[in-house]
Amino acid sequence: MSEPLFSKKNLKLLSDPLNSSNPITVQVLGICSALAVTAQLKPAVVMSISVTIVLAFANVIISLLRNTIPNRIRIIVQLVVIASLVILVDQILKAYVYDVSKQLSVFVGLIITNCIIMGRLEAFALGNRPWQSFLDGIGNGAGYAVILIIVGFFRELLGSGSVFGFQVIPDSWYITNGGFYANNGMMILPPMALITVGIIIWVQRSRNRKLIEN
Amino acid sequence: MNFIKNIFENTKPYVQKGAKYHWLHSVHDGFFTLFFVQKNTSKSGTHIHDYIDLKRTMGMVVLALVPAILMGMYNTGYQHFKAIGELASTGFFEIFLFGLLKVLPIIIVSYGVGLGIEFVFAQIRGHEIQEGFLVSGMLIPLVMPVETPLWMIAVATAFAVVIGKEVFGGTGMNIWNPALVARAFLFFAYPAQMSGIKVWVAGSQATDAITCATPLGDAASGVISYTASDAFFGLVPGSIGETSTLAILIGAVLLIVTGIGSWRIMLSTIAGGAVMGLILNAFAGSASLSEANQVFFAIPFWHHLILGGFMFGAIFMATDPVSGSQTVSGKWIYGFLIGILAVLIRVVNPAYPEGMMLAILLMNTFAPLIDHYVVQGHIKKRLKRATVSGRTA
Repeated sequence: MSEPLFSKKNLKLLSDPLNSSNPITVQVLGICSALAVTAQLKPAVVMSISVTIVLAFANVIISLLRNTIPNRIRIIVQLVVIASLVILVDQILKAYVYDVSKQLSVFVGLIITNCIIMGRLEAFALGNRPWQSFLDGIGNGAGYAVILIIVGFFRELLGSGSVFGFQVIPDSWYITNGGFYANNGMMILPPMALITVGIIIWVQRSRNRKLIEN
Repeated sequence: MNFIKNIFENTKPYVQKGAKYHWLHSVHDGFFTLFFVQKNTSKSGTHIHDYIDLKRTMGMVVLALVPAILMGMYNTGYQHFKAIGELASTGFFEIFLFGLLKVLPIIIVSYGVGLGIEFVFAQIRGHEIQEGFLVSGMLIPLVMPVETPLWMIAVATAFAVVIGKEVFGGTGMNIWNPALVARAFLFFAYPAQMSGIKVWVAGSQATDAITCATPLGDAASGVISYTASDAFFGLVPGSIGETSTLAILIGAVLLIVTGIGSWRIMLSTIAGGAVMGLILNAFAGSASLSEANQVFFAIPFWHHLILGGFMFGAIFMATDPVSGSQTVSGKWIYGFLIGILAVLIRVVNPAYPEGMMLAILLMNTFAPLIDHYVVQGHIKKRLKRATVSGRTA
């Protein structure tokens, strides 16, 4: 344990998932929830925080147990840990932000099956120490959050004319009020979320050419 | 002609490799080939050489669209003056001029935005300017209601060119017909501006007094509001270029004579629509249908061919050589299913009175699959025939 807590290597665990190993745009994990909860910014933010918390703590717990879990039943052990954490998060959301929790409906429960979490537990927590696993969980959660927030921002702005529920586009612009503007109804639909994620992937890969597969 | 040629000769040194404006060379080439036939020939491999290149193919399609454009302009004016009750007192040229002034801005916006994006992509990616948009840019205005706001046309065109075409690699690589991508985008993004009773007649957005549904929209609610001759000549409300079956058929003749449009796809699409119309007729008396549906089911099968965008789609959209089927038997299957689906969607699902768009986009998606199985079928048949020294291979 001679390594400092925030060594260069450890910081890389935090920053890599934001860019060159982003869970959504590069590893292409967790797409389902990214499309489902991003029609508005608020549920997207709550979802990001929930996933980040579950991911970080599941990583720590599995990492602590990594030497005692028999290899053949590791998946079921991971599932038990994730499910307990998700139930905790779900109850807390219901207690403090009930309306958002209703909006997110099944998708909080479905964090259990979010491929990012299983992926990180398998790929990282089973082979690394708790602190590194914690940073990896926070990093990947943040990578997931960044994409969700970007997608949610554009979908809410163009689809509903608001940001975080506040009307941004003036009412007088709308056709119904004698203006010229109309909200883009397609931004609310899931296909446009997929296209938005696709555009982000396109932009990212044209900036970082190393990511382009042949 | 020499004058134009001199301009290109004089500007050429500036865009040659290493020169200051080399990044503009694809623009230079693009305009040069617009005026003159290319002298350069392919250097390697096997090629079929013909004087007709992509630009001239596309030019022929645009030429075939001219009757539909002119008729669309006239009908725009006709519907407007009919709606405000001044049809009898308005002269032919006045009607046409009104339509011209309504339609021209839409065409200009579509070409301006689309070609602008094509130019930018050509510069960034360093390839030649691709001519595919010459046709798409004309098709996009023709499939829009006349009252669509211009900025929506611009957004839809940008979406169609970038997401419908450039992400797949540009002209020749797209899965779907770009003009239909533009229309589908608007249809789902701004349904209030793309369907209903307030968009089909010029001037209806401004005053509440003018409302007019398309014949298909009426038929979906159980009202027959057209005569067959009006629908054939194009004097019914509808998207700009789709109303006149006659004008579209004139274009079809040109496409078939020059060999640019596939007559197999056109014929099989029409056959598919007619067959589905007959099937629906057979069920028209069924008691389980709603009253409105019984009326729509019962219209003569050939009315489906002259109403709405059916003929326009069959002649100009389904035959798109990039997104349609390539094999001969594939073309028959592809066209026939478009016809069947278009009539099925428009009659059975009243939310989508224009089924042609969705039918073509759906079959565009399946065209490669159809081709795959046609080719596999040929391979199997020939393998059965082939023998190697007495044994079957």
